[in-house]
Amino acid sequence: MNTTYKVSKDYHKEIAEDNFYYARSCIRQNFFPGSEVAFLNILRENLGKTIHDDPHHTTCTGIGYHSDVVPFDTIQTVVARQFALMTENGIKNFVASCVTSFGMYIEITETWKHYPQQLEKIRTFLKKATGREFELPENIAHTSDIIYNNRMLIAGQMKFPLVNVKTGEKLKIVDHIGCHYAKMFPEKGEGGAEFTQVLQGMIRAWGGQTVDYPERRHCCGFGFRQYLVQANRGYSVSNSKKKFESMQPYEPEAILTNCPGCAMFLDRWQYVMYEMQGVKYGKDDSFIPVFTYEELAGLVLGYDPWDLGLQMHQIDVRPFLDKIGVKYDSEKMYKTKTGRQIGSYTPKQCK
Amino acid sequence: MKNIVIIGGGIAGVETACMLAQNGNRVTIIERDSKLFGKLNNWYCLFPDFKKSEELIEFYQNRLEKFDIEIKLNSAVDKAERDGEGWFIYTGNVRYAADAVVIATGYELFDASRKEELGYKIYDNVITQGDLEQRFKDKNFLTAQGKTPEKIAVVHCVGSRDEKCHNLYCSKVCCVTGVKQAIELSKFLPETQILCFYMDLRMYDKFFEELYRKAQEHYNIQFIRGRVSEVSENSDGRLSIKTEDTLSGRPMKMKLDMIVLLAGMETKKNTTEIAKKFGVEQEESGFLKSKDFHIGAGILSEKGIFAAGTCISPMSIKETIENARSTAQQVNEYLNTL
Amino acid sequence: MDFGFSTIDTRVIEIDKFDTTILKYVLQHEKSMLVCMSCGGCTATCSAGNLTDFNVRRMQMMLRRGEVKNLQTEIDKCMLCGKCMLVCPRGVNLRNVAMLIKKALVNHKDLK
Repeated sequence: MNTTYKVSKDYHKEIAEDNFYYARSCIRQNFFPGSEVAFLNILRENLGKTIHDDPHHTTCTGIGYHSDVVPFDTIQTVVARQFALMTENGIKNFVASCVTSFGMYIEITETWKHYPQQLEKIRTFLKKATGREFELPENIAHTSDIIYNNRMLIAGQMKFPLVNVKTGEKLKIVDHIGCHYAKMFPEKGEGGAEFTQVLQGMIRAWGGQTVDYPERRHCCGFGFRQYLVQANRGYSVSNSKKKFESMQPYEPEAILTNCPGCAMFLDRWQYVMYEMQGVKYGKDDSFIPVFTYEELAGLVLGYDPWDLGLQMHQIDVRPFLDKIGVKYDSEKMYKTKTGRQIGSYTPKQCK
Repeated sequence: MKNIVIIGGGIAGVETACMLAQNGNRVTIIERDSKLFGKLNNWYCLFPDFKKSEELIEFYQNRLEKFDIEIKLNSAVDKAERDGEGWFIYTGNVRYAADAVVIATGYELFDASRKEELGYKIYDNVITQGDLEQRFKDKNFLTAQGKTPEKIAVVHCVGSRDEKCHNLYCSKVCCVTGVKQAIELSKFLPETQILCFYMDLRMYDKFFEELYRKAQEHYNIQFIRGRVSEVSENSDGRLSIKTEDTLSGRPMKMKLDMIVLLAGMETKKNTTEIAKKFGVEQEESGFLKSKDFHIGAGILSEKGIFAAGTCISPMSIKETIENARSTAQQVNEYLNTL
Repeated sequence: MDFGFSTIDTRVIEIDKFDTTILKYVLQHEKSMLVCMSCGGCTATCSAGNLTDFNVRRMQMMLRRGEVKNLQTEIDKCMLCGKCMLVCPRGVNLRNVAMLIKKALVNHKDLK
């Protein structure tokens, strides 16, 4: 079953074509260390775009904001500083790597739109604190928007489509959209909040098939306060469990996400659920590998899976690589480029 | 003899026309469509007595024959201009002089696909009450998978009482429509379980409450108090819904084979265009603004311009007919002052 | 493995998983229950409900939602005085409903 959905005009988002200022995520580099580099490489080498990766920018402090430790004025000033750096580099298109950051940039610019006096206040704060001034971006996009926008170009260079090389069947891939991508401002997400197309568009463009399961819109359970406090993590894992149970009958072969927290928890909680209750949710008692959109784009473009950081997943991705015919060297899985062993782990096997 | 132009040939327009013609006026109905009676043509039967729509249409066809009313089908009002106390109305290459104008443009069913979360036009087994009436006519109740549905949900208040659709008002006839359709479905499909998901049941008119009770007592229709927040599809093609069982205070979900959305009533785009042409005011909701809520529902803000039927507010067919008669009376009183 | 936290059971009522044996039994013997519109008049007047957490309307909801386990403890709080029937605008024979629930609970296994 493949629900196709026409993106209505209301939810068709303007996405800039070139010349981006890149705002990295504070947690993605730990969770999925290869993804952001892969994004830069794909943009520069495969798509020929210009993107500025700036060592001067900081975290957006969104995690602190959503955990009630960073006040709104503070985060606005931090965001203003990112915009100032973008302005200083002569760039007008802002791209955020993290869905929560993206949500923050939208929330704040929308706030300024409705409360211009707030914008003036923040301009004063930033000037006093750093001496910097800023202009508002002309276009704010999430990195998944950029990949989505260029999905057909990527499809044109594709080496490993999302097709089972043995059976020729399209792989069934479940998408999971970060809540902060479109649930706060549906018109800022491609396809809106209910039938978000940003990831589904990639899956289809690259030869796979999408699955629309009942709990598709449900939160992964990340929820900031919940995972930060150990005693609350039951809420978090229970949300993921609800999703896993709902997607299980469709026998998905992978999960694709566009949010750091979702990718993290849909991957890690499968391991936790197995250790706690002995359950697995993939077909034939297996686990379901979880990918970020950069990892998936990298894979179909033929990047080395270990360069993409896939060895850092809790759920073993190798059976998926076998399915689409990607070659890999298991010996090099936990070695640096110079051959140094960086530790070892036996990933959870999926059949 | 006075000239009257009526815009719209639905029940409201036709009834107003008959009443005014009866009083010796020269009446013209301008109808955009190729036939009269508007949405009534699409309905299978009417609440609360299950009268067949065709019977009512037949009644009006006979009624129309008694009067000399000019009916201009496939025609739209292109332009309207003041002519002293009266108006000139242009349609095609014809110009009508009117001493009074009655706007009877009717309503539009809320486009249920705007409530994306309910899956209309996304999932094949989600339909509206409008679609269901057609199915009653065709006697076709199979799901998209070709099965007889085991469970059908009737979802109330779609696009009504909903800030998200900019519709703060109650469309008022959907409650009883839902109950009527649930009973009708139960008659056609006695083995099927029918559930109504409602916020409150506004059984405002004669026999409505009795119909609700009948639905419970004789047709075993389940009423669950909670607004449906989400519809999704399962791997077997069946639908799932989420709601709160507000009487238990807990979220609820269930699988179903078919969902009927009770889409609310909205102003037509056409009504807004007409209103602009005659310079009459509209409510925030888009419905035409009456001069007085209590004693002049059909009198609009511009002199000599009147309204009848659902372009004023949501109404049942019975109320539309009553309202049309009352508007005709207001028009007569006005014409006597000229 | 103990991670210091555990999963939480869902609070969602799943109609598809209802145990409707008692409901069917009650409806078979007391058709008036079909017309309840959950107004709560019964609960407002209930003698037992004024002193305990017994709730006649909730008792009916439990029955309708197949919550057999909770129904057992709930029904024992009813004193069968029948005051609820005096106020019911739809004429539901609530005392008989309560009696039938008690009967059905005793014979629950046989009913299945």
